[in-house]
Amino acid sequence: MLLRHTPKEIVERSALTVNPAKTCQPIGAMYAALGIHKCLPHSHGSQGCCAYHRSALTRHYKEPVMAGTSSFTEGASVFGGQANLLEAIQNIFTIYQPDVIAVHTTCLSETIGDDISQITGKAQEEGKIPAGKYVIRASTPSYVGSHVTGFANMVKGMVEVFSGASDEKEDQINVIPGFVEPSDMAEVKRITREMGIQAVAFPDTSEVLNTPQTGRYEMYPKGGTTIPELKSTGRSRHTLALGQLASGPAAKLLDAKCKVPCTLLNLPIGLRNTDIFIETLRQVTGASVPEALRLERGQLLDVITDMHQYFYGKKVALAGDPDHLVALTQFLKDLDMDVRHVLTGTPGKKFVNRIAEITGPNVNAYEAKDMLYFHQLIKNEPVDLILGNTYAKYIARDEDIPLVRTGFPIYDRIGHQYFPLFGYQGGLRFLERILNALMDRQDRDAPEETFELVM
Amino acid sequence: MSSILEQRKNQVYEKGSTGFDLACEQKSLAGSVSQRACVFCGSRVVLYPIADALHLVHGPIGCAAYTWDIRGALSSGPQLHRLSFSTDLQEMEVIYGGEQKLYRALVELIDWHHPNAAFVYSTCIVGIIGDDVESVCKRVSAEKGIPVLPVHSEGFKGTKKDGYKAACDALMRLIGTGDTAGISPVSINILGEFNLAGESWIIKDYYRRMGVDVVSVLTGDGRVSDIRRAHGARLNVVQCSGSMTHLAKQMQERYGIPFIRVSYFGIEDTAKALYDVADFFADPVLREKTQDLVRGEIKQVYPQLQTYRQALSGKRAAIYVGGAFKLFSLLKALDMIGIRTVLAGSQTGNAEDYARLQAACAEGTIIVDDSNPVELAKFVQEKSVNLLIGGVKERPIAYKLGVGFCDHNHERKIALAGFVGMVNFAKEVYATVMSPVWNLPKTVGKQVRHENT
Repeated sequence: MLLRHTPKEIVERSALTVNPAKTCQPIGAMYAALGIHKCLPHSHGSQGCCAYHRSALTRHYKEPVMAGTSSFTEGASVFGGQANLLEAIQNIFTIYQPDVIAVHTTCLSETIGDDISQITGKAQEEGKIPAGKYVIRASTPSYVGSHVTGFANMVKGMVEVFSGASDEKEDQINVIPGFVEPSDMAEVKRITREMGIQAVAFPDTSEVLNTPQTGRYEMYPKGGTTIPELKSTGRSRHTLALGQLASGPAAKLLDAKCKVPCTLLNLPIGLRNTDIFIETLRQVTGASVPEALRLERGQLLDVITDMHQYFYGKKVALAGDPDHLVALTQFLKDLDMDVRHVLTGTPGKKFVNRIAEITGPNVNAYEAKDMLYFHQLIKNEPVDLILGNTYAKYIARDEDIPLVRTGFPIYDRIGHQYFPLFGYQGGLRFLERILNALMDRQDRDAPEETFELVM
Repeated sequence: MSSILEQRKNQVYEKGSTGFDLACEQKSLAGSVSQRACVFCGSRVVLYPIADALHLVHGPIGCAAYTWDIRGALSSGPQLHRLSFSTDLQEMEVIYGGEQKLYRALVELIDWHHPNAAFVYSTCIVGIIGDDVESVCKRVSAEKGIPVLPVHSEGFKGTKKDGYKAACDALMRLIGTGDTAGISPVSINILGEFNLAGESWIIKDYYRRMGVDVVSVLTGDGRVSDIRRAHGARLNVVQCSGSMTHLAKQMQERYGIPFIRVSYFGIEDTAKALYDVADFFADPVLREKTQDLVRGEIKQVYPQLQTYRQALSGKRAAIYVGGAFKLFSLLKALDMIGIRTVLAGSQTGNAEDYARLQAACAEGTIIVDDSNPVELAKFVQEKSVNLLIGGVKERPIAYKLGVGFCDHNHERKIALAGFVGMVNFAKEVYATVMSPVWNLPKTVGKQVRHENT
């Protein structure tokens, strides 16, 4: 009973967060930046921030994660970090030779008032940025939003620097996949390819954070959206932003800055949201849906109908990030499952309404809460299944409830890097995992006389 | 990438080349991809294993989130230290100050858990907005009747080492507040031992069998009441000198407790540690008991080690760890199982450490300070390394290069301390170095034989 301290009775806390259901903005910014080819993320703050983010991403992906830091000292914290950042930019371009440096701030540099736009401007003036190289930036104070908003801010930073307005449109679209796994980003590209659509997906961490073992260490792996691709986003005909929170701001900026109209969609998780994604792709490009995708859809639908009796009425509790939770809730609802508790640590009042719109009012949906609260909800109204990140395993163990790992971070299982949650096939694998969890439990708990061979 | 190495030539040395003068204890270059961490990180890892205390991180959420149950410091009782407590500072508090929120969070926490003490960690931002953490702690301490100790661990105020110091300072305020009645004259504190994978338990058991009373372990499987009476011990036995020498020195000054430095890693060093403690008390019976213990233990593990030595003989290792002190034990331990160290480095070693390291290493060994992944990868390949020993950020680099890896940091799952720890270490090294997976890239493909060709 690791969480023996969790009382069933919920007392609203005024100041204390216990077992967070979010983390801070900079790690999201760092992750987004890794989705640009030959980009070195840079943390403008103390050394520890950068070390923690790299460690966290390494634990999640089992991959080396590179990033620089301004290595703030007491002096920098008094006199401002401009000198550190200028020196860092120069050092990074000479030493590590990336094509792009993606600078994000931290609570420290924000609070002392460093203006990174001004500093990077100065770096440009002073010739510290070599020709053909770029510095992009995002303001990501840790005391605002969460890792998801940090991601969104860095993606917006990509548009700010790279996307140029042009009347000459290219026959292509943009897809912003959101704060999702490399496998999901690859799935977005596969689906558009299957449909014969020319699409720029950004950021794109596939083949950056799920690279093959080659016997070599590559500081800049093969994957990532390239600079020419990023520059072309302003000439695209349309932008599909997957996930309102993570991708919305960049898509809206592309619209405002380059007159590329955008459509904000839920993450294409599950049958309905994948349908909407593909239908939107079809409408904005005029492409037709190929037989291969129809087959995948049919197979997903087939499994749903084959197994629907196992889903019916099963109570589920979900904790995670808003974009994921909205799409997952829709999928579970379509499976006739009973979504009981949906909780995110990321602040944002809209979230609660969006969940209630899908489930109806009979749901416990919360924003800006923590995992202690999530546990208490489950104690008060037990469920059959938990969907959450690795940290949900304490609750799953204490309450003896099956857990299907979804979201970020996942430190104790593999798979998320390679198998998408997106698309029909992602939906199929997700169903398999849910069913395995539920059926393993049924097998474990069944009395001898009703222990079933055929399920 | 040659420029990476050019910039760092003063922090890399190859034994045998002339003029050993390794630049160390320097700030990392701004923009460097360093493997180092911050002050907060140092304090947090040192105090974290105290299992019946509250650990409240005062700052925005990240610092608490990233240090939530990431250290395998085991507790035999309470698991309170494995939860993550934060004041989760928001923009308004950054503007108007976080003292009120800190006060309320502390009161909420203490009323809920009734802990024996509370540690409040200051993060970067607290140092900038100027919260008076000290006075909040004092107030809550008076109201709740338990020690509430501020830890001055603002991330930017130095390196991880300064964080160790801040943790030691907080501990010093706890030590000396308990009753020392009944403490045996043959008694010690174990400093700098964090009970990763249960290592403190192994070591405590040795001392128990020797007849030495362990008053407190700082901080592995730590308890507040033990720490409060730590000043009653006659000797401080300091491991991981980087983190706890500061505390030992302070205790010597204030309470006149002498200290010795030891390591429990490897057979030679463990035996020496136990003998040094026995010698300190200059008791022939104790000496004899220690001898019996050491002989009995070695008799048990030696044959097993020989088996591993035969298999591993001639393999080559690279070591890159946080503190330099670990390096010396690792060198000896690797040597014992037939492995030659060809690269040794640390994040935070000082001049004295590196001079000692240089003397302990064989010709041609590369010594590095504050290294980076590109450099590590280069040397691992150049020196045909079979095993990399490091922490979380080094692991995937080793695997990408097709080289075995052993975690000698927080994430280790297997106890490496003491005599039994040496066998565990040999086994772990054997499992990774001799794994057939490293041969897969070479063998698969050659096996395909086409008929009719």
